[in-house]
Amino acid sequence: MNKTEHITRSSENSSPLGKVDGAFVAILESVSDPEIPVLSIMDMGVVRSAVIENNIVKVEITPTYSGCPAMDVIGDDIKAALKTAGYDSEIELILAPAWTTDWITPRGRKALEDYGIAAPLNAEADKEVLLNGKRLVKCTNCSSTNTRLVSQFGSTACKAQFQCDDCQEPFDYFKCLK
Amino acid sequence: MKQNLYKYILGIADNSLILGQRLGELTGHGPSLETDIACTNISLDFFGQVRSYYQYAAKIAGDKRTEDDIAMLRKEREYVNVLLVEQPNTNFAYTIARQFLFDVYHFLFLTELEKSKDLTLSAIATKSLKEVSYHQRFSTDWLKRLGDGTTESKEKMQEAINDLWTCTDELFHQTEADKAMVKDGIGVDVTALKEVYYKKVNEILEEATLETPESKWFQKGGKQGIHTEHLGYLLSDLQYMQRTYPNMEW
Repeated sequence: MNKTEHITRSSENSSPLGKVDGAFVAILESVSDPEIPVLSIMDMGVVRSAVIENNIVKVEITPTYSGCPAMDVIGDDIKAALKTAGYDSEIELILAPAWTTDWITPRGRKALEDYGIAAPLNAEADKEVLLNGKRLVKCTNCSSTNTRLVSQFGSTACKAQFQCDDCQEPFDYFKCLK
Repeated sequence: MKQNLYKYILGIADNSLILGQRLGELTGHGPSLETDIACTNISLDFFGQVRSYYQYAAKIAGDKRTEDDIAMLRKEREYVNVLLVEQPNTNFAYTIARQFLFDVYHFLFLTELEKSKDLTLSAIATKSLKEVSYHQRFSTDWLKRLGDGTTESKEKMQEAINDLWTCTDELFHQTEADKAMVKDGIGVDVTALKEVYYKKVNEILEEATLETPESKWFQKGGKQGIHTEHLGYLLSDLQYMQRTYPNMEW
């Protein structure tokens, strides 16, 4: 609990990928979410910007959920990756604009599905699924939508638990956050 | 230092800290695996929100105190959370009733705080609202399931609602810091939330086939630091490591 946190407001950062200097894209893509190792932090949309100033790379990241314990690890992993590439860096945690699942890239969504985590539906469908028990989430094993919500909360803050009633596979669904 | 703003932030943050700690007590003790995970996930959201608030409070305080000092090293009378959030878990009906009665308030409160002139508070509110909408779904869902469930679950749910009802009015009391912050366009006028809160709560209680308590007698004092006996025990757990090993870090 000793990292400093700054909160800035900027509307220009609201794209899926923020202002990331080309030189750092590949390095940052090599860093993954420790809870979901197949997903790079770039595809996750948590990197808001990475620019070099006075020989120090300033990286802004945004938490998925406020209490996400992965954020400190991600910060350390970014520093280590940049250090290996010869850069010193500073990590800043920013809260605004707030992260949304819309920032997960198409490649990121595919990586999630391949890993066995159903990617978030749109906000409307998400509500139907979590509140009204509609069967819309595709099973990550057999692609059937004959799936039901087991619990709105799953193995991490960002996921809900589901089970497929066709193939019986239990799986995680990445909740829509908008 | 901006004394009123500092106090105002603590007023919001302490609610989340204490409720987060209460829910955290359920780790490994929830009635089922799913509810255990849900309660502790909600707890984690609260702790995340609390960090943002206390970091901001530490910045406003402008002395050597850190977010950890503010969270861990105050005495009981210096915590200004409402009495509702410090009430013990007792049984799952109490846990759900406490959560439901707080979530409905929390959602309304943050919706207003999002409009604050203070950009940091507004940003924290925006971020938290997304999480709190999930909390409210969870507690409302269980309230209905238990209220409109078996004879026993209904009885227990009603008892918990009746008991905790006396702690709801305090949510809408204003402190001096509140009044000053409302005047500056930073704070939320909680008195204006009261009507819509009880309307919403009554509607959901009705859906859950539960009675709205008629009691007109309410507890108060938390916002002034006068707590029920439960808070001391909670703090002795929460603060144990910092008190035993001062300045320890993970």
